[in-house]
Amino acid sequence: MTKLTMTVNGRSVSGEVEGRTLLSTFLRENLGLTGTHVGCDTSQCGACTVHVNGLAVKSCTMFAQEAAEADVATIEGQAAPDGTLNAIQQAFQDYHGLQCGFCTPGMVMAAASLLKDNPKPTEAEVRHHLEGNICRCTGYHNIVRAIMAASGQDVAPVAAE
Amino acid sequence: MPKDQGIGASSKRREDVRFLTGTGNYTDDINLVNQTYAHFLRSDVAHGVINGIDASAAEAMDGVVRVFTAKDFEGVGGVPCGWQVTDRHGQPMQEPKHPVLAEGKVRHVGDPIAVVIAETPELARDAAEAIDVDITELPAVVDMKAAVAEGAPKVHDDLTSNLCYDWGFVEENREAVDQAIKNAAHVTTLELVNNRLVANPMEPRVAVGDYNRANDEHTLYTTSQNPHVIRLLMGAFVLGIPEHKLRVVAPDVGGGFGTKIFHYAEEAFVTFAAKAINRPVKWTASRSEAFISDAHGRDHVTKIELALDADHKFVALRTDTYANMGAYLSTFAPSVPTWLHGTLMAGNYITPLVYVNVKAVFTNTVPVDAYRGAGRPEATFQLERVVDKAARELGMDPAELRRLNFIKPEQFPYDTPVAVTYDTGNYHATLDKALELTDYASFDTRAAESKARGKLRGFGIAHYIEACGIAPSNLVGQLGARAGLYESATVRVNATGSIAVMTGSHSHGQGHETTFAQVVADMIGIDESQVDIVHGDTARTPMGMGTYGSRSIAVGGSAMVRAAEKVLNKAKKIAAHLMEAADADIELKDGQFSVAGTDKSVAWGDVCLAAYVPHNYPLEEIEPGLEETAFYDPANFTYPSGAYFCEVEVDPGTGKVEVVGFTAADDFGNVINPMIVEGQVHGGVAQGIGQAMLENCVYDDNGQLLSGSYMDYAMPRASDLPMFEVDHSCQTPCTHNPLGVKGCGEAGAIGSPPALVNAVIDALHRGGYPVEHIDMPLSPSRVWNAMQSVK
Repeated sequence: MTKLTMTVNGRSVSGEVEGRTLLSTFLRENLGLTGTHVGCDTSQCGACTVHVNGLAVKSCTMFAQEAAEADVATIEGQAAPDGTLNAIQQAFQDYHGLQCGFCTPGMVMAAASLLKDNPKPTEAEVRHHLEGNICRCTGYHNIVRAIMAASGQDVAPVAAE
Repeated sequence: MPKDQGIGASSKRREDVRFLTGTGNYTDDINLVNQTYAHFLRSDVAHGVINGIDASAAEAMDGVVRVFTAKDFEGVGGVPCGWQVTDRHGQPMQEPKHPVLAEGKVRHVGDPIAVVIAETPELARDAAEAIDVDITELPAVVDMKAAVAEGAPKVHDDLTSNLCYDWGFVEENREAVDQAIKNAAHVTTLELVNNRLVANPMEPRVAVGDYNRANDEHTLYTTSQNPHVIRLLMGAFVLGIPEHKLRVVAPDVGGGFGTKIFHYAEEAFVTFAAKAINRPVKWTASRSEAFISDAHGRDHVTKIELALDADHKFVALRTDTYANMGAYLSTFAPSVPTWLHGTLMAGNYITPLVYVNVKAVFTNTVPVDAYRGAGRPEATFQLERVVDKAARELGMDPAELRRLNFIKPEQFPYDTPVAVTYDTGNYHATLDKALELTDYASFDTRAAESKARGKLRGFGIAHYIEACGIAPSNLVGQLGARAGLYESATVRVNATGSIAVMTGSHSHGQGHETTFAQVVADMIGIDESQVDIVHGDTARTPMGMGTYGSRSIAVGGSAMVRAAEKVLNKAKKIAAHLMEAADADIELKDGQFSVAGTDKSVAWGDVCLAAYVPHNYPLEEIEPGLEETAFYDPANFTYPSGAYFCEVEVDPGTGKVEVVGFTAADDFGNVINPMIVEGQVHGGVAQGIGQAMLENCVYDDNGQLLSGSYMDYAMPRASDLPMFEVDHSCQTPCTHNPLGVKGCGEAGAIGSPPALVNAVIDALHRGGYPVEHIDMPLSPSRVWNAMQSVK
């Protein structure tokens, strides 16, 4: 077991891990940050997407030790301290961009990384960016709309097309 | 102007906040004190005899608590099947035992052989690798027709063959249908496959068993769509635990799509083992494990014949299907290809004679059961494909052939020749709506534009019927269901007027916490925020049958309305007492009770307070308190229907299909929350397009699963799908439930596969490739090869 420390959502945290412990496991089991979900074992679904030093990564593809001393952001750190949803989270609610909620943390984190690099993405760019995030509930329709809306672009209101 | 509250409003979902902030409570998020971890050692061969299991090395490893094998389950029941089908000769289906852990034989890749319980998941997995299992591999049966051929290896040695049942419906029509087909002016025949799918909710299955020795109470936390059904099946049939000692909790569940209806061996295992070791036991499936242990869906091989007269009216329909059951009978597996499939074969059409034959077959594959639509997609796919083919053969517009044969709006209620009565519908309206929305008239212009870019454009139509709101208990009992299919609700009004509704329905993405609250708030005229919906816990909700078959609002919602009506009847009596008026004169509007024709009124909250602080109260007439329960057993199924139009472009150089437009015009009856309804259709259509274009569950001849991960099984991604045009303005309300609702959860997955395939066939014909049929999924290689075959 190796002791490691990192910063998660602005807080310094530490824990003991095996060499094989994945970052996703460390977040969920050691830190109790269960908002990061594990939906597959081949790094395909993207439900475990977090930010490490500002980059979106699938936390199941990274050993916890590789994130030692890193600055990690998870879904739990996205809303304001008083609970106010950030613009992407709010757009997901406003545009019904989630159903069962399991893929949602990964979608929100993936969307945040897209909008950081590309503040006004086209629909095609949004769909392309979500290649690594699978949703089984929404058909992506409202996820795409939510991300477009979060970027400040005009999107027709729900249930009024 | 759109409403902002109550029935008909697109209220934002209250459950979203916890899901968007990472504070949902899914089963894998539950960790109990002193918890252990289970790892299942599963068969890596499809069929074999277990000669011996040596777990001594595993048991000796540090951190291993115990290893379980079948011998630990002597005296424990098998995993039960919930539906018994009677075959066309009046005999019950063949029903093999489904042991919790394999007894003597393994019958599919993934069949559990042993389980290690250890202090960590990693130690349990390591130890499972140290178990030595001596298996003699046997020849496997994978292909259904080969499985029922003479001399085929038997999946179950104690059964007479691999044929589970040979079902005929309506059996008395068998000869008449044959005769009508023989004498018809035109017969269109089509052989097709409804491809095997894996449901793949994004949350893999998880089960946590807990046991309290002090009071002999078991708790199972599980990823289920129906915790009471699990409690009943597991408690009564597998483990022999009385219900008052068994609590089943299904907390936030990350999608179900049918595959989380069923009672699984892992649930029984963790419950059993938690008592055996007197510690909590947790099992979390990996995705790879889900592929070989979650019940699969579809997997039908069908021949359908449609007979038409000289005026192009349908006169008879015959369909013969082989339906894969897999190695064991999953909970509702026998009902899917029979009663959920045969009863829908009339579609939207007047077809005087219908005969459906289904041979259900055991194979060395994962069990197959209900997946979104369950039987109805299989019925719709073959019917809408053969109707399209008939139109082409007869040189008719496919929309016109459908319209010619539709049941007319004035013919409802309509008795079909396959035992069901459609209460309402207007198929002409949905077809016309879809035609309007897709701008059908200008298709040729779009096709020419595609052609200029070297693409073949095609247009496909499908019109579906489905039966939702399963179902009248007395009817399904006659058909072989071993359960009732009512739903329940308790409406508990608190002293200050807020409300908790305990429902037997279960939400795993459908948004019941929002929509159900809309209904109750609307009935009383209070703010939605005053109503909370409680679900997913047998200790907190009345006995209910859960969520599947698009039944929640139609059956669960009706139970809730009935319970709320009882509450309101009592509240009116209290209000009458408080205002010294007659019960009959009390009116309720916007949360205020008033006496008709006067200015007297009393607020909802004051009536509630009086019920719990009954100082001034008609105690001789009614009891204090304001809480009522209702069980609602539907009088009939509900029958949503709709027109689904798909527009595709095919690249003739590669065979790649792109969906460039998709329109759904549904009749769901009344709609509670349009935003959520549309979301349900989007998701269903995505799964239907996935089936038609991408997804395929493939076994090799040895029974090895070739598509066992997301590397191999093509889940639809954002870039595979277009924006969808969704309309639900055609509404013929259900006539037999209080909300006039029909259900919307499965429609998308039912109507979309034939629409897509019809569109591709249309594109190929227009492009000079007269291909009659391509089996799903319409991958580039399949499409390209089909094109070459007709060159």
